[in-house]
Formats: sequence, C-alpha cells, structure tokens
Amino acid sequence: MSTSKSSEAPWLYTISSKHKVLDFNFKEIWRYRDLLLLFVKRDIVTVYKQTILGPLWYLIQPLFTSVIFTLVFNNLGNIQTGGVPPFLFNLAGITAWNYFKECLTGTSDTFVKNQNIFGKVYFPRVIMPMSVTISNLLKFGIQLAIFLGFFMYYSFTGTSIAIHWAYLPLFPVYVFMMALLGLGLGMILSSLTTKYRDLTVLIGFGVQLLMYVSAVPYPVAEAQAKFPPMVAQCVIYNPITQIVEGFRFMLLHSGSFSWIGFLSTLAISVVVFLLGLVVFNKTEKSFVDVV
Amino acid sequence: MIILQATNISKQYRLGTIGTGTVSHDLNRWWHKVRGKDDPYLKIGEVNKRDTKGASDYAWALRDINFEVQQGEVLGIIGKNGAGKSTLLKILSRVTSPTTGEIKTRGRIASLLEVGTGFHPELTGRENIYLNGAILGMTKKEIQAKEAEIIEFSGCARYVDTPVKRYSSGMRVRLAFAVAAFLEPDILVIDEVLAVGDAEFQKKAIGKMQDISKSDGRTVLFVSHNMAAVKNLCTRAIVLEHGQTVFNGGVDEAIDFYLNAKSDRLALRDIKNRKGNGVVKVEAVNVFGLNPQQKPQSGQPFTMSFDLDNGKGLSAKHVQFDVRIDDSVGQRIAWLSTSLLHANHAEAPLQVLQFQIDKLNLNKGIYHCTLYVKAENTVSDWIQNAFSFEVVEGDYYGAGKLVPVNQSKMLIDFKVNYIDV
Repeated sequence: MSTSKSSEAPWLYTISSKHKVLDFNFKEIWRYRDLLLLFVKRDIVTVYKQTILGPLWYLIQPLFTSVIFTLVFNNLGNIQTGGVPPFLFNLAGITAWNYFKECLTGTSDTFVKNQNIFGKVYFPRVIMPMSVTISNLLKFGIQLAIFLGFFMYYSFTGTSIAIHWAYLPLFPVYVFMMALLGLGLGMILSSLTTKYRDLTVLIGFGVQLLMYVSAVPYPVAEAQAKFPPMVAQCVIYNPITQIVEGFRFMLLHSGSFSWIGFLSTLAISVVVFLLGLVVFNKTEKSFVDVV
Repeated sequence: MIILQATNISKQYRLGTIGTGTVSHDLNRWWHKVRGKDDPYLKIGEVNKRDTKGASDYAWALRDINFEVQQGEVLGIIGKNGAGKSTLLKILSRVTSPTTGEIKTRGRIASLLEVGTGFHPELTGRENIYLNGAILGMTKKEIQAKEAEIIEFSGCARYVDTPVKRYSSGMRVRLAFAVAAFLEPDILVIDEVLAVGDAEFQKKAIGKMQDISKSDGRTVLFVSHNMAAVKNLCTRAIVLEHGQTVFNGGVDEAIDFYLNAKSDRLALRDIKNRKGNGVVKVEAVNVFGLNPQQKPQSGQPFTMSFDLDNGKGLSAKHVQFDVRIDDSVGQRIAWLSTSLLHANHAEAPLQVLQFQIDKLNLNKGIYHCTLYVKAENTVSDWIQNAFSFEVVEGDYYGAGKLVPVNQSKMLIDFKVNYIDV
C-alpha cells in the first residue's frame, strides 16, 4: 500500500450522472460472456419444463399457422404463389417471420420483465436481449429443419421446386438482419415501455398487423398487382418484406431479388440496431427509478 | 490507497405516480436540455423527511454525500429507515445512477443487495449456482473452481440436483448466500444479508463475512441495523439522516452518535404494523438511564416513558400495559406489566406511563420491545418489535468487574456465604 498520491493506480471506472451518447463497454460484455451463455441455456431449458409435448410445441405452432394460411389465403382467397406449393410457401414465410417476431416481442419487455433482477444487481443489461435473440436462434433452427423436411417431401413427390443455390450464401446475412432488426426494435420498444406502458398494449396487435404488411402470407408481386398503390408501397419499402421475400427467393426460388433492396435492408437493420443500443443504454442507467 | 471516492452524490426521486401529468415535466425537461440549460426540476425539493408532507413533488433521497474508502477497510453505513442507505448502495452497485455527483473506484464492485436474485425455480441447485454466480459477475471457470466449496458451505449437498422450486425457503437462502460468499470482488457491498437463515447459518455467515474482510483484506461496505454486527465487522462508519451524512468516523463513535440521535423521543404513532382497536394507543417512547440525557447503563436507574393517545380518557384502572423485552436474537427475557403490581390508580385520564427499574439488571447489548395494551379488557394496541434500546456496560456489582455478555444477559443480585463447619 502506498500513501503517496503520485504512485496510485488510475481509477478503474466512474459512476456518474453524465453519460456519453455512445458508450459501449464491449470489454465488459465480453467479460460477461458466460452469463450470456447461461441465460441462453436457461431460456432453452426452462421454456417447456413440465409440459408433455415439450419442444414439439416449436413445431406445432408454425405448422398449424401454415395450414390455416393455406386454407384462408390460397384456397379461399385464391392468392397465387408462383408455382410453389402454397403450404411450403407459407411455411417459409412464417419461419422467417417467426424469428423476427420472437426477437421483437421477446426483447420488447426486457426492462419490465426483469425489473426484479435489474433492480438488485448490475451486469451489462444488453446481455438480456442478446440472450433472447440467441436462444430464439435454436427455435428458428428447429423450424427451419421442419421446413426442409417438407421441402424434401414435396420434391420427392415430384413437385418442381429448387433452392436457389447461387444466392444461398446470403442466408446467414438474412438471419443476421432479422436478428438485428428484431433486437433493435425490441430494445427501442423496451426502453419506451418502462415509463409509459401504453406501448405494451400496442405491441400485441401491432406485431399482428405488421405481419400483414410484411408479405408473409402472399408474394410481393401479388401485393403490387392487387393492393392500392399506397399500401403496395408500404409493403415494398418495409424492410421485413425484403427479408421475407429474399428468404423465399433463396429457399424456393420464388419472387424477386434486388441487390439494392438487399443492401438497403442491411443498412436499415444496422441503423435500427445501433439506434436501439443507444436508446437502451440511455434507459438502463435510470430505468429502475421509473419502471 | 483510496479505493473508492464519492463526491457530491445526490439522488432525486419524483413522488407520486407516473401518468399523463408526467409527460409535461418530461417535455419541459427535454426543452431545457435542448437549449443547453439545467434540468429545471433539480432545484426544487427539500430535506427528505418521511413523516412531513413536502411542498414539491420531488424528494432528495440523497444529498451531497461525500466519503472515501481506503483499501481493505470495512465501512459501515447506518441510519434509520428512509435515511438513504439502500439508495446509496444501489448507486454504488450501479443499479441506478446518481442525479448529480460521481463515484470513482479503483476496484470492481459487487453487491449482495438481496441474496437469491436470479434464481430460476425450474433449474436445479447446481445450475442455479452457475447462473447466480454469473449474474454476480463470476466467470464459469471461477465458479467451477469453487463449486464444491459452495455446495459444502450451503449444506444443501443432498438437494443440489433437484429444482430449486422444491427447496424450502431457508435452503434457497443458504444456497444463495453460499454463492455470494465466494465472490471475489475488490469491493463488496452488503445490505442486511445477515438477517436470514437459522441461528446456525447466521453464525456461519457472520464468520464468513469476517473472513472476507479480515483475512482476505477486501474492502467491504456494510449496511445493517444490527449494531452488534456493525461493531463486530466495521472499522469506520458513516451515519446517514434524511439523505445527508451527519457523522463520519470511528465505528464506536458512529454507533454512539446514531443511538443517541435515537434516544430522543421515538415516535411510534406512524407504525403501521399494529393490532388492536386503538382505544388507547402508544404515541411515543423515551428510554433513558440516570437522567433523560443519559443512555441506559447496567446497574443504574432505568426509565421507559410512554406517551399515550387516550381519546376516550380512560383511567389507569381500565388499562393494562405490558412491555415485553427480547434480547438481540429475539429470545424473550422479561415481561413488565401493570397487571403484575398492586397500585392505587388515579381517576384522571391516563396520559403518560413510566416503567422504572432502580438498578438495571440487563447486561450490555441491544434489546427489542414489544408493546401490548389492553383497554377495558380488549386488545387496544399491540406492536411487535415496537422499538429497541441499547444498554451500555456498567459496574452492576460495584466491584469494578464486568460480566461477560456471553456468560449472562441478566444480572442478578446474589450473596455468597462462606460457612465454617
């Protein structure tokens, strides 16, 4: 121990009322990486504890939704899916949409849901939404496997469908974009809901509505042909439409793809994510007092 | 070396509920910020007294707190309910940020604000050890290295692979404390964790805390109402009152200061947790020794003076008043009751009641009192653990010798006869 001022170690960190707009402590997040993994494990292990069907629930939900969509939109509504079996078309859309939706809804109540633990102990708060996004990846993987199963079934029974191999390398980028968008929007929403709970009400049906302007149960071409121009614009310029459509383009070779659409969606995703981080960081400093 | 330095720490809270009215304040605040001006609401707010209604909607839970902590020091933080202790700890552990001021630190801070945070009921004890450890800032490797010790310390080895939801609440606390006890931060922040578990485990916990602070030389900030524990563990203490530091110095002086501040008339009328019909209620109590300025001392006169709220004007004849005294671990040791003595009751309404002991025969320590008042044979006011008082050591037998506390809590007059046969 030294008593002279000059030889003292520098301050490790400062707790202060003033914050920079962007101060991410990536080193700190890295230090807590084990926590991130443990949260992911917790989410995966505990969701279906004490249920009979267990992880089968991961499959039931998209399958039934696809069946309903096929009945309503394709059989009843007569929407053309461009030669692809409607069930497979819907399953592809729902698989992509579900991952985005789960990320969004799973992270949008971060502060409210975790106020107990956040109010007691400090760790980088962003670990929480990150863990949700990662654990949803497993769910996404399972649903994707189902899709591939049905894909093979259809191709063995003689339906002419093909994966667009040339664009398949973009697949991880698409997943990444969905995660960024869902996480970014979720973080923004979670910050807003801490003080004003109105948004929690909105998120419930807002997500439902968003699905219908994201070209999930129909191809973009149909929207362009049949929607009023205003609505069609909404659908086309919606980044999630780009993701869903691109996803189907890769896996089913249906619909269209443009590099401009792809790159702008990527840019939007990154911007939304960064914006989410900024808002989230600002909120985490004081949310305990307002939640 | 100064490991922690707090300068001008203040924390402001908004009172009341958050609703549409808050939006206008938020907008106003934002508008000031945009123009580069100070937050207009920071200027208002008065001293944070819980029992008086203030003029503004803002309260300062902490105001201009300054202190320094040396490496290896164990600093006690004491104060009444609402003095700002927990707020200060929350700021230190980065759960919330201060409204003004800053804290600089040379070490990593980990807090033990409440044990068992983050336990997931569906996971087994072992899985929860990992999860909880990681939440508290340990890496998987560190936990792995200590897993056996943690399980051993918790005494839950048999249940460690059973989901925590099947645990008794005591076991949960044991496991949680065990995880926390094996944390190795530079600065450990502890808030009232010793109030958990059974006597055996409490002893173990206090022993562990002493190990942490004494042999490992770690810096500890310790908040407690248990003066014995504070005295035992801390080397220095600060006393908070209404969000301000009123004393900063040696632990004995700090406890003296705190208890003397308390030995003033203690208002009991705001205690919510009481039973009875309220015909006669206890308003305030004043406990003192030789004279109203002195603390109770063994072997000296002792007085407990109660102010009563007696709306119906009942006379002493219709009122039974009991004081039940427990020692610091909750063991009942004495019962003083008006019903035990013959008395010539006055007819005047009962206003002030005093219990007197000519030569106090309690050894030094903290004692907790439960009050029980019966008016016209029905329970009128019953307050569990209404107040506490401290007895300082005194020469009861007049022989210049003190009785060790662990030998006897009660001091009994006795004679020794030497008989030659």
